[in-house]
This record gives sequence, C-alpha cells and structure tokens, in this order.
Amino acid sequence: MGTYIFRRLIWTALLLFFVSALTFLIFNVLPTADPAKLRAGRNQTPETVAAIREQLNLDDPFLVRFFSYLGDLLFRFDFGTSVLNDEPVRPLIFEALPNTLMLVLGAAFVWFASGVVIGTISAVRRGTIIDRVAMTTALVAISAPVYWLGLVALYLFSSDLGVLGLFPAAGTYDAADGIFTNISSLFLPWLVLAAAFAAIYARLLRSNLLEVMSEDYIRTARAKGLKERRVIFRHGLRSAITPIITVLGLDIGILMGGAILTESVFGIPGIGRLSFDAINRNDIDIVQGTTLFLALGVCLMSLLVDVLYAFLDPRVRF
Amino acid sequence: MSTTATERLQEPGVELTPRGGVASEITARSPLQLFWRRLKSDWLALGALGVVVLIVLTAILAPVIVDVAGTAAPRATNADLTGDFGEPLGPNAMASSPSSDGTVAQAGPFGSDKLGRDVFSRTIYGSRISLLVAFIATAITVLVGVTLGLLAGYYRGWVDTLLTRAMDVMLAFPVLVLAIGIGVACSGTGGCLGGAIKPGLAVVIFVISLATWPYMARIVRGQVLSLREKEFVEASRSLGASDRRIIFKEILPNLVAPIIVYSTILIPQNILFEAALSFLGIGVEAGTPSWGAMIADAASIFREAWWYMTFPGIALLVTVLAFNLVGDGLQDALNPRTAK
Repeated sequence: MGTYIFRRLIWTALLLFFVSALTFLIFNVLPTADPAKLRAGRNQTPETVAAIREQLNLDDPFLVRFFSYLGDLLFRFDFGTSVLNDEPVRPLIFEALPNTLMLVLGAAFVWFASGVVIGTISAVRRGTIIDRVAMTTALVAISAPVYWLGLVALYLFSSDLGVLGLFPAAGTYDAADGIFTNISSLFLPWLVLAAAFAAIYARLLRSNLLEVMSEDYIRTARAKGLKERRVIFRHGLRSAITPIITVLGLDIGILMGGAILTESVFGIPGIGRLSFDAINRNDIDIVQGTTLFLALGVCLMSLLVDVLYAFLDPRVRF
Repeated sequence: MSTTATERLQEPGVELTPRGGVASEITARSPLQLFWRRLKSDWLALGALGVVVLIVLTAILAPVIVDVAGTAAPRATNADLTGDFGEPLGPNAMASSPSSDGTVAQAGPFGSDKLGRDVFSRTIYGSRISLLVAFIATAITVLVGVTLGLLAGYYRGWVDTLLTRAMDVMLAFPVLVLAIGIGVACSGTGGCLGGAIKPGLAVVIFVISLATWPYMARIVRGQVLSLREKEFVEASRSLGASDRRIIFKEILPNLVAPIIVYSTILIPQNILFEAALSFLGIGVEAGTPSWGAMIADAASIFREAWWYMTFPGIALLVTVLAFNLVGDGLQDALNPRTAK
C-alpha cells in the first residue's frame, strides 16, 4: 500500500508537469499568429503589439519563457495575467470557484441519489415495462444537450416569463447573497445539470447490479434463506455501487470546468462562465489560466480517488 | 453503462463463435447471421436506424428539401421577416408591414431569426454541419486511435510506455476544457499548426479528434494486449508470419466488433460535441447554419421567440437519440450477455 501511494505520487508529480507543459504548448506554440497580435484586440497599433511583446517577454528564447512560466506556477502559484484588462487570473478563478462548487456538488447529490434509485429499480424489475421506460427515458436525457435543456426549463418554469413560473429566473444567483438565498436560484440548474448524469449513473448501476446478482455469493445468500430485499441491498448493491463512487469523484472534478454550458445558460458566475466570457472577449490568458487550473485539479482529484479506492477496496493490489 | 459493455466486448471471442463451429444437426449460423437475427428482433434499434437513414438523406438532399418547401436559402437575410423592433417572426407569421414591392412577406413553417433568416432552411442545412463534423472527426479518431493502440499493444516496450503516458496526459484534461483551449488557440488569425488548420470547420474537427483519440487508442490497446497472446497468433507466428501479416490478418479482424461499437458511441457524442463548441462560439464562422450556433443565437431571445431555440434543439435531440439507440442495439446484438 505504501509503495503504491508513493509511486502514485511520483506519477502525479510527473503528470502535473506534463499537463502544465501541454497547456503552455497549446497556447504558445500551436497558434500560427504572433501571441502579441492575438492579444492586442481589434484596433491594434504596432505600439500596443510592441508593448505586449515586452510585457510577455516574447523576445526571450522559448525555453526561457517556458521555465519562467513553470517557475511562476510552482513558486508563486501564478496562473498568468490577463493582458486584456491587466488583471492576474488566479484571484478571478478563486472568486468563481465557490459558485461552481455549489452548482456541481448540489447537482452531484441529485444525480447520484436519483441514478442509484432508478438503476436499482430497473435492475430488480429487469425486462418489465418500468425498466424499459426508465432506460429509454435515460437515453433521451443523455441525448439532450444540457444548454438546450436549460433554456427549455427556463422557458417553462422561470418566474419572470416562464409558463409556470415556479423557480427564480436566470441570472438571479448572486454569491453575495449567501448560500440559503441562492438555493432556490440553484434549483433549476441543479436539475438540468444532473439530468444526463443521473441517466448515465442509472444505466451504469443497472448493468453493475445485474452482473453482481449473477455471482455465486448471491446464490449462497439466497440459498441460506435471506429475504430478497436483504440480498439486494446488503449483498448486491453494496458491491455494485463501489465502482460508481470512483466515477463520481472523477465526474465532480471534470465538471469543475465542464459546467461551462450550464453556467452560461443560467448566468452563474463560476469558472465555466469566466472562461465563456473570456472566449467571447478573446481573452486568451484567462482561457489558458482556467484550462491549466482545471487540468491540474482533475489530476489531483484522480490521485485522491485512487488512494481512497485503495483504502476502500482491500482487494485492490498493485 | 457502455463502459462495462465495451469492456466485455473486449474479450475476443465473446461475440464470435469459434471458426468452423460445432457440426451437428443444429444449423450452424455464422456470427453475422446471429448478429442479424438478434438485431432484427430489436424493433427500437431498427426504428432508430430508419431515423438515422432519414437524417442522413435530409443532409444529402438539403437543397432539394428547401427548394420543395419553398423556403429561403439558409444564409439569406431578409429585413422584411423581422418585426418593427427587429424581433423574429413566428412560424408562418405575416410581416407587419408590406415589403418594398408591395407584397406582404410570410415567415416559413419554423419562423425566422433575428436577421430574418428562415429557421426551417437553417435547421435542415444544420444536419449537414452536424453529420459532416461528427463523421469526419469519428473517422480520424478511429484511424489514429486504432493505429496507435495497435502499435502500443503489439510492440509493447518503450513504444507502449511512450504512447500510454501520452494518452494519460491527454486524458488528464477534461475533454471540454481541452477542446475549448485548443479551439481558442486555433481560432485566431492564421489558424494553428503553422496554418495547416484554418479557422472554421477544420478547427472543430481537429479539436474533436485530438480530444477523443486517446479513448479509442486505450480500448484498442487493451484488446491487442490480450489478442497477441492467443494461440492463433502464436500459431501464425510459428509458421513464420511477419508482424505485418499478424497485425492485419490475425489481430485487426478481431478488432472490428469493438471498433464498430465504440464508433457508434462516438458519433452521437461528437454531434453533441460539435454543437456544444458552436454554442460556445468556437469554430464555425458566424452565419453557418449549425444547430449549436442557432441555439446560442436563440438564447438571448428565447422567451420572445420560442420557435428559434425549439426546432434546432429538437433536431439535435432526435439525431443524437437515434444514433444512441442504434449504438445500444448494435451492442446488444453483438454481445448478447448485456441484452435486456
């Protein structure tokens, strides 16, 4: 166990390095155009371009720039500076982070709970009309684009102009209001973001549970006369749910940035919204900073999940 | 869901009866016959297959359909088809004031957008962008993923280490975040890779295939790792077959089923991917009739103009759903153990 965690840590350190390097390459080597010109905006003069060259040290050799970027990241935790509005990116990210967390954690609760319940019912009632309806509905939910689902939900349910007027409108989320005021504004985004994931988890749990239920120890449990309910919950579900918890950890990490579509539809000022606005303003530095932050976050999240998994499941040997 | 199913498919031989089969009075059926028998009884998948064919035909025949319907060209703007305040007109609505030539313009069956363009024509033409991007990106992903996965799994050693580590780094990025990063980097003037990738559809295809190949490569590698140890490969090698012959004649045919299954999962994913990127304003240039871009355009006025977001959204949903249902059906038919 100790050596496994040690090896996993070393690989994570390497991974963090490669991810940072790849991000640097994507934003500094991939584009054909001069990075200074890309950042100078629509009405650029040679002077502003020259000033940006100076500011970004673009005249330095490539490796010098790469190592100064790495050094800044490592020692000052610096995610770059937006040339467009002369603002460091890190505070912008940390300001947005709690809003994204609220959105994603709430949605994760909704999709995990509903996914497990629907998946279990579907597996137990395998082949019945309930199962078929649930699984077909799940496939519809997976196929619907989340931003479109968001717009439809707002059209039907938002309080300002929605047909039914049940939930607060888009853009009512305000971090300054505190958690409890915002729960009602987050209700619709939670449901919309959770829909596709609930469907994926329900399908995943159903197929896991069906597989587990054909194991020998389930037959043993039945043979010794346990009630079917107890067989399903204590013996079946317990082992069917473990792989799903791993997926949950990774999905939450990925959604820190993947919630960009939901955040932009509902006007939630999270990390996704930050990079969405940056895309529209062509603010490359903010896009680079958020990309880097999210990729590093996912690496650390998967380290955490792997280590937890090694503790949770003693059968895992490496 | 699909992961466990594909993993199972990775065990070669699960979906294939042994060559030659058991000769008895029970009729021997080829794997293809068995597959077809199972697919035939899955009416949902067959119906979805019909819808997919219909959508492909729509994309191919888009100009004819628009011509027969008598609606305007997808990029044609028409100031007469917006209201007094520049708002779009609803389905079949008449313009509030007569045009310059004295006639009163009428919006098409799906209404018009902010620039007076016809939503019906744009929705029909949108299928072209969607399918074009999804098919080409999937083809590239399959080509790159299978090639690299084969190399890594077959030769192992440093080739494998290098490729799997590269995949791990790519997979560390959340797909959408990686795609946004590359998309933004490539959408500037001059494109990227020294101008090889020009802004526009090429960027979208490049981004999608770059972000998805590691998944394909990983699946293929896993398959090849177990296939290369099988007796029939050993037999072929002991007969003096070259690596090339073993890869193309022994291993590749056994990869066809998992590749087909994973491709049918990839196509709808890539359709959604293209739409999401267009929704975010990455890739396709303004004015291109893409479903994602239309929904993005509609987002600012969806309360006044419900038709504008509804029709491209339904088109997207139906297309992705049809491909997903076909994919599910294929998976069940190729691998009866997961069947309902």
